[in-house]
Amino acid sequence: MRKLFKFHGGVHPPTHKAESTGTPIVQAALPSKLVIPLHQHVGNRAVPTIQVGERVLKGQIIGRPEGRLSSAVHASTSGTVNAIDMQLVAHHSGLPDLCVTIVPDGKDEWIEHSGVDYKQTPHTELRHILRNAGVVGLGGAVFPSDMKSYSNKHKIKTLVLNGAECEPYITCDDLLMRERASDILRGAEILRELLYAEEVLVGIEDNKPEAIAAMQQAVLDDGHAHMEVIAVPTLYPGGGAKQLIRVLTGIEVAAGVRSTEKGVQCFNVATAYCVWRAIKYGEPLLSRIVTVTGNVERAQNYEVLLGTPVGELVAQSGSKPDTNRHIMGGPMMGVDLPSGAVGITKATNCIIEGSDKLFPPPPPALPCIRCARCAEVCPAELQPQELYWFAKAKDFGKTQEYDLFDCIECGACAYVCPSQIPLVQYYRFAKSEIWQREQEAQSAEVARERHEFRQLRIEREKQEKAERLAQKEKAALAAKPAAPAPAPAPTPINPDADPDDTLQMRIDAAVFRAKEQVATVLPKNISNLTPEQQAKIAEIEARRAQFHERASDAGADDESSKPS
Amino acid sequence: MISALWVMIGISLLLGAVLGYSAIKFKVEGNPLVEKIDAVLPQTQCGQCGFPGCMPYAEAIAKGEADINKCPPGGEEGIRKLAELLGVEYKPFGEGAGPREKSVAFIDEQTCIGCTLCLQACPVDAIVGAAKQMHTIIASECTGCELCVPPCPVDCIAMLPIGEDISNWKWRYPTIPLVQVTAQ
Amino acid sequence: MWSSPFITNPTSVSQIMLRVLIALIPGIALYVWYFGPAILVSITLASITALAAEAVMLKLRDRPLKPFLSDNSALITAWLLALSIPALAPWWLVVVGTAFGIVIAKHLYGGLGNNPFNPAMVGYAVLIISFPSHMTHWLTPNMLGHVDLSFADQLNYMFNGVLPAGSTLDAVTMATPLDTLKTQLHLGLSVDNIRNMPIYGHLAGKGSEMVALGFAIGGIYLIVTRIINWHIPVVYLATLFVVAGIFHLADPVHYVAPMFHWFSGAAMLGAFYIYTDPVGGPTTNSGRLIYAAGAAILTYLIRTFGGFPDGIAFAALLMNICVPLIDIWTQPKVFGKKGGSK
Repeated sequence: MRKLFKFHGGVHPPTHKAESTGTPIVQAALPSKLVIPLHQHVGNRAVPTIQVGERVLKGQIIGRPEGRLSSAVHASTSGTVNAIDMQLVAHHSGLPDLCVTIVPDGKDEWIEHSGVDYKQTPHTELRHILRNAGVVGLGGAVFPSDMKSYSNKHKIKTLVLNGAECEPYITCDDLLMRERASDILRGAEILRELLYAEEVLVGIEDNKPEAIAAMQQAVLDDGHAHMEVIAVPTLYPGGGAKQLIRVLTGIEVAAGVRSTEKGVQCFNVATAYCVWRAIKYGEPLLSRIVTVTGNVERAQNYEVLLGTPVGELVAQSGSKPDTNRHIMGGPMMGVDLPSGAVGITKATNCIIEGSDKLFPPPPPALPCIRCARCAEVCPAELQPQELYWFAKAKDFGKTQEYDLFDCIECGACAYVCPSQIPLVQYYRFAKSEIWQREQEAQSAEVARERHEFRQLRIEREKQEKAERLAQKEKAALAAKPAAPAPAPAPTPINPDADPDDTLQMRIDAAVFRAKEQVATVLPKNISNLTPEQQAKIAEIEARRAQFHERASDAGADDESSKPS
Repeated sequence: MISALWVMIGISLLLGAVLGYSAIKFKVEGNPLVEKIDAVLPQTQCGQCGFPGCMPYAEAIAKGEADINKCPPGGEEGIRKLAELLGVEYKPFGEGAGPREKSVAFIDEQTCIGCTLCLQACPVDAIVGAAKQMHTIIASECTGCELCVPPCPVDCIAMLPIGEDISNWKWRYPTIPLVQVTAQ
Repeated sequence: MWSSPFITNPTSVSQIMLRVLIALIPGIALYVWYFGPAILVSITLASITALAAEAVMLKLRDRPLKPFLSDNSALITAWLLALSIPALAPWWLVVVGTAFGIVIAKHLYGGLGNNPFNPAMVGYAVLIISFPSHMTHWLTPNMLGHVDLSFADQLNYMFNGVLPAGSTLDAVTMATPLDTLKTQLHLGLSVDNIRNMPIYGHLAGKGSEMVALGFAIGGIYLIVTRIINWHIPVVYLATLFVVAGIFHLADPVHYVAPMFHWFSGAAMLGAFYIYTDPVGGPTTNSGRLIYAAGAAILTYLIRTFGGFPDGIAFAALLMNICVPLIDIWTQPKVFGKKGGSK
């Protein structure tokens, strides 16, 4: 019997899972259009590779990955590209983002695709396949799996497969595990291979006995050594990656620390399934399982094409007329969608149709009574009441002192607050303010450097001009016939002294004055330059020297002397 | 009575000596004030404060020659930080001198004549170009200081406000209604 | 804008406060059984004053009346204060104490959740300092045999300040068992002799020991239903027991047994209802241990060596002062950052 650990806190909201587990997964009907956002993953937005009016095949890339952290986006079915423009997307802000709208032609015609034998393929190529197949974390974090399955310097002992699904209402992973357990485990095997992990632990909450049984059967049937299916106690938020790692392995991964540094990596079961489809069959990520539940006639799980408008999907479940919101995700951490026109994305695990009866609007919050029930339930062992007071007072330094960024925004604190204070909203506000300030500070720093370099540049130009002028005058002087050597003249300029000498002294004085002027106006940071700044300056000097050489070779310069 | 007086004098002399010694022995050499002030300023180098750049303004504040409410790009937040740093009262912006919406310059390339006057004006060298060549703004480096707008002889530079899009959207400060307004 | 979470656990502030009021009922019932119904009059009077004072202050502060009046926190202040002062207290004593607590100790600091000091204890402190003699005239328990005042006479005294002809206040009331103990010790009697006086029962003063037991039962109900945490009551009572026990073992002639301290005065009331007030207490569990231990030590010291009959209120106020520092000192380590540098 494997020893399990506990994480601090946690709550037991009513699970509401039975509504949608009565029927198997059903294919959702083909929608009238697909609204596919190009930014469905963490990292850079995908760059569109098709034009409006073009016909695309099922599985064809419509957005290629950009930069190191990015993923591809594909056409979920064959059809015509109707538009590439800003459409409403599933985001808290309700603001639009770049989307590709495809009108299906009903033929569902696949593009040419084939899989590889993962045992014979080098890992870099496997990851390349995952990147171009658009495989990202389907647990909701949508992190590109090609980057996540790469462990550079850290030895990975344990690969955790997250089948916990702790949030109420959501059952998509449950059904996926019941119906497609073998493929999930085969995908997990590929991930284990990529990470060189020793063991695979599948964590499933104990309120899913059928899924546990199906996965355990698959482990036995397919002979997966090194894999173990473990039932973890049902406790929200036990499905959080850090919490599940803690329960299964006892390791606590702090914020800002990657779990790979502790020898663990965690993937969702649906991601493992997609990895298998991508590698074995060459199928990119085109669809996912979505639970439709809440204020509907028939709550169930659908296999939905990405980009299906939410409104069309929930209609298939018989969304009731008094529905007043669509929540993407669960009731604890979900996003209230701006409209039913939003397309299903890779992050959509569930759509809950909300109503005033299901989710009554909260009463106005009372003041905090310092009961600290929030601190009792926080899985990150923070002090939510302190964070609340500081965020309310906009004292952002203090919020960071109390580890604001360790907060996983699970909502357990707001769930138990007797005063019904919307605590998570304060933390989100504080986090976005801090991010914006850091960004502003960075831009200010860059602007300051540019400004200082500009001043350096201007002074340098002035100095060089003065020197060039001095040398020009000197050269002009040397070209004149030599005068008889005068007696050493006293320091003050004697009008009877030799004119050439006087001239020379005047030139010297002018040069000295120019140098003095330069010295006084020169900004204080010309000296003590950092090596990087010096290197930059040296680089620029070299380029300018080249330019001047070329210029004087071409005879464009009318000066007879080269600059120093 | 006299003895009490002597005791009090003795104590005050002792404490004074301790304080004086500590002030000298444990003096902390911190950052010069000017650099601290400059670190608070937004580095837009726009000159709206009346000084040619942020560092000169910082120097003027440190000398006590300038008020702390002269910097619109720093916003109200900036004034509060300066007030806290200097230990003075917060002072709001003067009439009509408040912060404006953040914007980025944009050159209308059809109209630009390549005179380089705006290049010379930009305090952070965010304009690329050369004599008789097309000028263009490097949008990522532009601080919105608007110093390039007056010198342009053909008035081809416009300031475009940076709107809110999905990448720079921020959560709003939560406001709790004291009375719940419901349609009942 | 409403963002996640969209569901909440419905144990609201008013429900928590209501449970506390319910938990007080066994103690109050025993109080009425042993001392007569005068206490109910005090409680009612205090409740009315508290709600009225709160309504006036909310209006002055431009706050909505309904959510704050219905959160029952003013009622708790009223009941705790009424239970801490003699049942025979004149009406104006009750009103002044309650009003002071609600207006000055609660609303002038910002209302619910913002008061650093427990309002009931502030009210008690003001009364004991300003009207010390009124605060020493407690009712005698029924079982002592003589009926001093009928209920009608009690009401007459409370509202009109008039006693029946021939009675004096000293004749018809008594000091608390704790107070009597202290006075007799000063007079030179030993603890054993004092404990044999007729006003003392098995554990402490007759009647009041049963009332304390009633409060303890209510307190255990609160712990079982998770309205309050076990930390403060358990640590408070344990520390009180240990400190009293040490003194008692060292010198049984001059220091009374620990159980006596548990069941006299407002120790049980304090342990389960006063010190567990979330607003004035620390927010960390280890902080609560320090808070409760400090309060117990202060209670014992004030009771034994101080000038006041009972130390609960002042111990509460003194520990309330320490709470911000206790909070800072006892911040626990965050997930993943224990064991080693942050």
